[in-house]
Amino acid sequence: MNTRTSKNMYWLVKRELWEHRGGFFWAPVITGGIFLLLNIMGIITAEVLGASHGIRFGASGGLQHVIADMDAGDLSKVGFALDIAMYSAMGLLAVVLGFVVFFYCLGALYDDRRDRSILFWKSLPVSDASTVLSKVISASVLAPIIAVVVGIVVGMLQLLILAITLSFHGVNVWQLLVLAHPFRVMFNLIGYIPLYVLWALPSVGWLLLCSAWARNKPFLWAVALPVASGLVISWFGIMGLFDLPTTWFWRNIVQRGLFSTFPGTGSMFGMDNARIAHIGGNPDMDFLNLGNTYQLLASPDLWIGVLVGLGLLAGAIWFRRWRDDS
Amino acid sequence: MSAVITASGLSKRYKSTLALDNVNFQIEPGCIVGLIGPNGAGKTTALKAILGLTDFTGQLNVLGFDPRKQRDKLMGEVCFIADVAVLPRWIRVREVVDFVANVHPRFDRAKCEAFLARTKLQPNQRVRQMSKGMIVQLHLALVMAIDARLLILDEPTLGLDILYRKQFYQNLLEDYFDENKTIIVTTHQVEEVEHILTDLMFIRDGKIVLDADMDAVGDRFVEVMVNADKADAARALKPLDERQVFGKSIFLFDGANRATLEQLGEIRRPSVSDLFVATMKGTYA
Repeated sequence: MNTRTSKNMYWLVKRELWEHRGGFFWAPVITGGIFLLLNIMGIITAEVLGASHGIRFGASGGLQHVIADMDAGDLSKVGFALDIAMYSAMGLLAVVLGFVVFFYCLGALYDDRRDRSILFWKSLPVSDASTVLSKVISASVLAPIIAVVVGIVVGMLQLLILAITLSFHGVNVWQLLVLAHPFRVMFNLIGYIPLYVLWALPSVGWLLLCSAWARNKPFLWAVALPVASGLVISWFGIMGLFDLPTTWFWRNIVQRGLFSTFPGTGSMFGMDNARIAHIGGNPDMDFLNLGNTYQLLASPDLWIGVLVGLGLLAGAIWFRRWRDDS
Repeated sequence: MSAVITASGLSKRYKSTLALDNVNFQIEPGCIVGLIGPNGAGKTTALKAILGLTDFTGQLNVLGFDPRKQRDKLMGEVCFIADVAVLPRWIRVREVVDFVANVHPRFDRAKCEAFLARTKLQPNQRVRQMSKGMIVQLHLALVMAIDARLLILDEPTLGLDILYRKQFYQNLLEDYFDENKTIIVTTHQVEEVEHILTDLMFIRDGKIVLDADMDAVGDRFVEVMVNADKADAARALKPLDERQVFGKSIFLFDGANRATLEQLGEIRRPSVSDLFVATMKGTYA
């Protein structure tokens, strides 16, 4: 029975990948490709401009001497700068991932009702809970894994391009690459996924609920409901009744409910400004260190979100089971 | 064997209309039941209730399951083709076969591939590249490879050309149906199914107005072609329906004495469509 359920889940998730190969796979791959292309174009432009203005960085081996003259602290900064170069690819992909997951969730339980293929899916011995769960897994595990793998590959290529460029200026490629921490970057990115699952849950739940419930235009409902209630609350100053500022609602309901599918928002919304300032001022800039990111686990914001998300998912399952409009 | 479906006091109300009005019926295994009714009579609602796709009041037992509470288990034993062309448009033949083979415990992959080999469908073809007839061929190949006890077909051939329609029912009869299986079919193309049905159910305004096997229908209903001079005598016997063809009147009788009718003119068995038209008279008035 148990193996049967997990086998079903594997095929349900695979089914999602078949249907959404464009969003889950090609979107990050194309974004990564464009990112690399822009970088190469930027480097070429810089080289050409530099050459035409007679600026020749380290052509005489000057840059090599600069590195050679660095002390251990400076070298670690170069290493972190290279890590940032690797992260920067992921940053762009994370934004794309946020959009992909957002719109995937909105359509996941709606599109098949609109084209009536729900009647085919419902003719198979698969429970509605498994169906909804397979969409949650696809959105918050499968899509991020693909994005991270693509991000790592793009990051490595980025590093390689930088190293090769610098090697034209007399800098030893391997010496530079040794300064970077590609494995630590990989570890941090992959390790971030479980945190993303938890953090994104209220958004995934809300969007899937709208997707299962809306008779039409799930996007409008998903966005309009929280925004309209936010406006009403701002207008009448209702939050005053709870001794909370109006921004509390915008921050903790609207923003948290809609945009938690964007990776990294956990580290931004979830922490108070003092912490962000502290990390910003941290000289090693290793803000994606899991030791840092996982401090989010200590925040009630995360766990309240998880509970709310589970409740919303239960609602989505109920609507998936009983919504009768096909 | 016990009944495949038992419904008692089955009702379903949509906001303003009563789609099913306290319906009672029983369907035995090994039957091909035609559920026939005008648009909006409650056919699809009845099928949806059987499949657990909609809520209802009253008692309904399908293969020993309550479709409201045990839908997942029920779907292991029941197949349905609800309307034509509900296969997802993005899926490929290969993918849908893989998927069903892996989530349905009673699916026979070799059987499905044998059915597909008889069609022009290609493994890499997507549903959106197929004609309506091909989509139904694919769906039928999937369904026929599932060893289900109950098959429900809701307008399975709507919009198909006559070649596909004939082939559909022929495949169903030759390669699928046996005494352990039960098929329920709704359709407006009554002429095409009337020869394969074993049982007939007419539904009108949410009520079952006729529920009989085909032999009983043949015994009960008689059509008589009467010359004009005997028409008044025929009318006196209270026919269900009367129509004129080539100067003669054709009367349809329900449960009248055969010997009496034979004296009025030539008698014959009415077609299901004539019976349907006579029974549903005034539905849209």
